[in-house]
Amino acid sequence: MSSDYDRLVSDLAPQKFGWKGSVWVSFLILIILIGAYCYIQQVRQGLVVTDMRDYALWGIYISNFVFFVAVSLVGSLITAILRLSDVKWNTPLTRISEIIAVAAVMMAGVTIVIDMGRPDRVLNLFIHGRLQSPIIWDLLVVNTYLVISLLLLYYPLLPDLKILSKYFQKKAKLSKWYDRFSLNWTGNAKQHKIYSNATTTLSILIIPVAFAIHTVTAWLFETTYRPGWDSTNFGPYFIAGAFVAGTGAVIAVMYVLSKVYHLEKYITADHFDKMAKILVMLCLVYLYFNINEYLMPTYKSTEEEAGHLRSLYTGEYSWLFWTVIFGGLILPVIVLLFRKGRKPLPLFIVSLAVVLGAWWKRYIIVVPTLSHPFLPIQGVPESWRHYSPTLMEWMITLATLAAALLIITLLVRFLPVIPIHETAEERKLIEPSSNN
Amino acid sequence: MEHEQQQQTRRKLVGKGLKIGLLTAAGGALLAKVFGQSGKAKSNSAKSSETVELMSTDGTLMSVPASAVSHQHESKSAYNPREGFPNRKFVMVVDLAKCRNARKCQSSCNKNHYITGENAWIKIYKMQDSERSAPYWQPTLCQHCDEPPCVKVCPVDATFKRRDGIVLIDNNRCIGCRFCMAACPYSVRVFNWSEPWQGTFAEQYEYTPDYAGVPSQRGTVDKCDFCPHMIDKGEMPHCVSACPNDVFSFGDLYEDSVTNGSGQSFQLSKLLKDRAGYRLMENLGTQPSVYYLPPSDRVVDFEEGLKNYTEFESVKKH
Ligand code: SF4
Ligand code: SF4
Repeated sequence: MSSDYDRLVSDLAPQKFGWKGSVWVSFLILIILIGAYCYIQQVRQGLVVTDMRDYALWGIYISNFVFFVAVSLVGSLITAILRLSDVKWNTPLTRISEIIAVAAVMMAGVTIVIDMGRPDRVLNLFIHGRLQSPIIWDLLVVNTYLVISLLLLYYPLLPDLKILSKYFQKKAKLSKWYDRFSLNWTGNAKQHKIYSNATTTLSILIIPVAFAIHTVTAWLFETTYRPGWDSTNFGPYFIAGAFVAGTGAVIAVMYVLSKVYHLEKYITADHFDKMAKILVMLCLVYLYFNINEYLMPTYKSTEEEAGHLRSLYTGEYSWLFWTVIFGGLILPVIVLLFRKGRKPLPLFIVSLAVVLGAWWKRYIIVVPTLSHPFLPIQGVPESWRHYSPTLMEWMITLATLAAALLIITLLVRFLPVIPIHETAEERKLIEPSSNN
Repeated sequence: MEHEQQQQTRRKLVGKGLKIGLLTAAGGALLAKVFGQSGKAKSNSAKSSETVELMSTDGTLMSVPASAVSHQHESKSAYNPREGFPNRKFVMVVDLAKCRNARKCQSSCNKNHYITGENAWIKIYKMQDSERSAPYWQPTLCQHCDEPPCVKVCPVDATFKRRDGIVLIDNNRCIGCRFCMAACPYSVRVFNWSEPWQGTFAEQYEYTPDYAGVPSQRGTVDKCDFCPHMIDKGEMPHCVSACPNDVFSFGDLYEDSVTNGSGQSFQLSKLLKDRAGYRLMENLGTQPSVYYLPPSDRVVDFEEGLKNYTEFESVKKH
């Protein structure tokens, strides 16, 4: 084996946290602990600790849930779609997006339980579950997606785990763990065949499931009559938005990782450039859906829709609405049209804006609709007409975001963020397996 | 005087009516079912000199000797709160022409369901359909839809539709996802955001879905239950009997009859026809069980209700 190969392995093998890493992890844990404390308060006192009430009956927990589901969709985009279309440039990005997908879908599951008034009865979903409710559909697809994502993360890891077990020979314990998880991978032809069949099958399987998880989440809203949700456009609209959110998240994470682990040789400016172009395209598609979603109801302006739209265009939520549309979609497209804008750092900043915009976009989808019911809001305290999340809600929501980041961080700590085996193969540092 | 007496008798009979599955009148020629407000009727031991009034299916009233009437009691043990009363289909008619926002229905409902939150289950909306049309008061409770969107979306079958038309919530099963609240277009569902603190009385009762709010449970949904606990006793829902203006009539679709708080019975189909009854948001296809009579030829001025109007309060706090 060449020294190039050794360098590759040592470049890509997971590294211990430096002091920065430790501070980062402690910071995340602190946020999670604060959130956990707030959640305990919520369990003890009830959802009264939030600002949700009978009209604004869903709030940032649900919009955060939709956000997580959206971000998780990217695992299938980068991994499956590009894998199946036999695109090779994205190899360094596959694992990052799989890790993000797993973290996001896990936290989606947690978030939905956080929103429940009776989390102690969560098992009722299995005992008394009724197939006609979109919540049960969501339960089924989210769990299916989680399983497939985990497998899609795990299978391609097998050769890498073996490599790492060898690489960490001096640390007997660590090496043994890697060895154990590599499931006796030897890299013979038979294993290769199973391996490539399995990953191809999973890549195909995950696409409909990924579409389903997001479409069903859109249906949670679409199955009601409410203005702003009562749209036949909602499934594709949500999927288009999810691609934007997820791609933004991948770009942000890959930038940070390439800086922290000095992976510039592997995640190159070219990767950023390509991802930027994909992001532009996705933003444009999403803008197209937004135009459909808002323009047609505006044109018709039925009494129900008009109140809702007015609150978005000029009313209570206008500030947020326009910031999200311009800051989170239009401006990113303009910046990324320039070659300079697609350089790693500017792209990183743009991707943060996109992710932030995507989070608030979910808020705009969930909250304003609820303050425009069919019958007038009367006979409840005035404060019930508006919703602004309480500190508790924010802390709990931030904790879920921190937990997602912590999952990503820990996975990155122990797994190679860039597939070693595949990269070595592509660089012809090792014999490509006969089946590839 | 005579009229009053008649009404008395009718009330008595009507009182039993709810439990009477079938009333067989003399000669077996007349089958009718009537029900209504509670009374101290002792129809079973009625003397032959007493007469009772029955309404035929075409709406004509006739007097028959009480002794000729036999009652068929439904066995109480057969009643399953998830199934409902057999062979019944409850309906309500709300006469907007009579409503003057007295809010007695609301306070009675609040009191009898021990509502401690901020949101009453029955609200009297101040409505005005368009700028130049007249404002009116619209008492609104759960419409007990026949195609209930709330039931459709509930993931655990905690909200359910009974055969007698009533939509109820099993608070022991509800997981508090609030999807039903999002799905209900009439905004009638309320949530127990905090511990309801209904006091020690709550412990006296064993929970059953057919008496909503007794006791309420934190983290679950509540709403108007059409008072099956009252129907079971042969009485009217609280709002119906509390209204001083006879705005509400409650009854059975199969019997084609509804009875108001004063015990007057009407033939449902005729009433809806004569008064051009309608249902709220018919276009949504929810098929409500509550009918409204338009606020035309009003008995009282709209303005009179304004003195009771409190924009931000529906449950009085002491
Ligand atoms: S009015 Fe609302 S809560 Fe009542 S049955 Fe209809 S949808 Fe359900
Ligand atoms: S809040 Fe309760 S009753 Fe309503 S849909 Fe959820 S589980 Fe069913």
